Amino acid sequence: MIHLEKRPTPSPLWSYLTPLIAVVATMIAGGLMFALLGKDPVVAIRTIFWDPIFGEFAFYYRGQLLVKAGPLILIAIGLSLGFRAGIWNIGAEGQYIMGAVFGAAVGLAFYPMEARWLVFPLMILGGALGGFLWAMIPGILRTRFNTNEILVSLLLVYVAEQILASMSLGLLRNPDGAGFPGSRNLRQYESAANNELIAGWGMHWGVVAAFIAVIFAYIMLSRHVMGFNVRLTGESPRAAKFAGVNPNRLILFCLGTSGALAGLAGLFEVAGPAGQISIDFNVGYGFTAIIVAFLGRLHPIGILLAGLLMALTYIGGEAAQASLGLPAAAIQAFQGMLLFFLLAFDVFTNFRLRLGREIST
Amino acid sequence: MEFGSINPVLLVASLMVASTPILLAAIGELIAEKSGVLNLGVEGMMIVGAVTGFIVAVQTGSPFLGFVAAAAGAAVLAFLFAVLVLFFLSNQVATGLGLTLFGLGISALMGQGYVGIRPPASPRWDFFGLSELPVVGPILFNQHPLVYLSLILVAATWYVLRSTRMGLVLRAVGESHDAAHALGYSVHGTRIAAILFGGACAGLGGAFLSLVIVPQWTDGMTAGRGWIALAIVVFASWRPWRVLLGAYLFGGVTVLQLNLQAAGIAIPVELLSMSPYLITILVLVIISSDRNRAALNAPASLGRAFHASH
Repeated sequence: MIHLEKRPTPSPLWSYLTPLIAVVATMIAGGLMFALLGKDPVVAIRTIFWDPIFGEFAFYYRGQLLVKAGPLILIAIGLSLGFRAGIWNIGAEGQYIMGAVFGAAVGLAFYPMEARWLVFPLMILGGALGGFLWAMIPGILRTRFNTNEILVSLLLVYVAEQILASMSLGLLRNPDGAGFPGSRNLRQYESAANNELIAGWGMHWGVVAAFIAVIFAYIMLSRHVMGFNVRLTGESPRAAKFAGVNPNRLILFCLGTSGALAGLAGLFEVAGPAGQISIDFNVGYGFTAIIVAFLGRLHPIGILLAGLLMALTYIGGEAAQASLGLPAAAIQAFQGMLLFFLLAFDVFTNFRLRLGREIST
Repeated sequence: MEFGSINPVLLVASLMVASTPILLAAIGELIAEKSGVLNLGVEGMMIVGAVTGFIVAVQTGSPFLGFVAAAAGAAVLAFLFAVLVLFFLSNQVATGLGLTLFGLGISALMGQGYVGIRPPASPRWDFFGLSELPVVGPILFNQHPLVYLSLILVAATWYVLRSTRMGLVLRAVGESHDAAHALGYSVHGTRIAAILFGGACAGLGGAFLSLVIVPQWTDGMTAGRGWIALAIVVFASWRPWRVLLGAYLFGGVTVLQLNLQAAGIAIPVELLSMSPYLITILVLVIISSDRNRAALNAPASLGRAFHASH
């Protein structure tokens, strides 16, 4: 008989190994899935994971890597704080939308003013505020009324999507757009555009913000008392209570931070790669960021790497779509698979396999 | 406001139809949660049920086989969840989320060649012409079989949980898995059965959506109904009859807002479309603000991993 035995302390080796094994297992299972779809699995995996970085068109894809990784990392860093403390904000997608709507609204309000030094920072503030306020709804409902933040934050995604639709058809619609839905293109508005900082790198202000967030989160978690409180609450809520951690303040802090970061990601996206508020502006970064956070083991550096890897699956997926006719949905299923394997192999961090009969204690 | 164009009898009849997917999913989730497992993957199981049911119904031409396949397909996904949560001891919240993300992806993948096709119609029942009766006819005697099945399931769940041995074991496992284990009940066996039942119900609900209500396949067509089902279980404080109430309340809001949209009332369409979600949140707030009452009926082992150390 095989059985699991609890380790006295979590294994550090396994906590590093798990994500790697999960990625390999996903490649194998994903390869099987691609084979079932009638594609050559080896070619498909190579197209997704290898060609975008080392292949013929790598010069194009490498830039895309940061464009996709930026929002994922930014959102996942925020989410990881809450996940560590057992506070589940799964509505980052909604906060991302609201950040974009708020930020774009600020930018469009100033149109066509030319003071970039004023407009762009205000937009950033607006974006962060939009996400923050949207995350405060589940936060305050949780702390005041004890309402489950998982459900509220998720349900608010659907509300945010309706607001997005309303905005792109109504209030924020381009007055010169001949009645088409969607706002003015912010990339064509000099003061509000979030363009590439170095041509061809994909590096825009959102990516810079993501790197800053990684550094701040790292310092906070390892050096600052707030980070200590977050970790303490996650590992032992009771101990945290005795140590004088105010649970309500912690909930609001985690939700507020993750909301503000998701809002920022939304703003940088709408002012940069996306360009405008439109009905189909959101593409699920807020949900994929959940996978990124777990794949990065809720650790800032891990999230940085996981965000890049997940961005790779996005770009590689697009490439495979173009060259192999692999359906777009296959990549989504692939990403979900990755989370499954990760969670499954995680058991070996806290348990070890034992062969033979169980010894009664 | 003008309500003249809305027929109250048809409103109630269509309310029952609109509520059925959520009712089915919620009653399944109630059983799973009563056994102590929080499965946040309802949305994923529903959409997989919707797509498998649709594909099988189109291929075989039989809606009945479609519903069977939907229940089976979603149960397979639920089994994956059960293995991860019970044997790999993974975090239930994270695994449930993963199930939803994976389900949305795989369903879009499976449903590719099926967009825009009409499924075979599955007729409503008509009890010996009783549907001709005024008022009660369309409401009680002219519904789809699955509407009746969902109501029977509510009654059965209530009865089984309250007064059968099986229900007591299920509740014992959900309240204290250690005690149930010590008494010799199979914690894992009970939970697997409960999770599979939850999956099958969610799958049926999804297929009812794609085969009867819409009836078509589109990506992500469950549009958060799985999450609303989860909210309704909390709202109902884990009581079957209140699940029925919650689901019909939600269905009522959905149908009413659609009718208002069609009637061209001067309320923005987006506001009407978001109203079911807003009302669900509102109801959740009201029910959970009373701390004592909300927690009273929650299974004590809900969301906790079970590892028998001896």
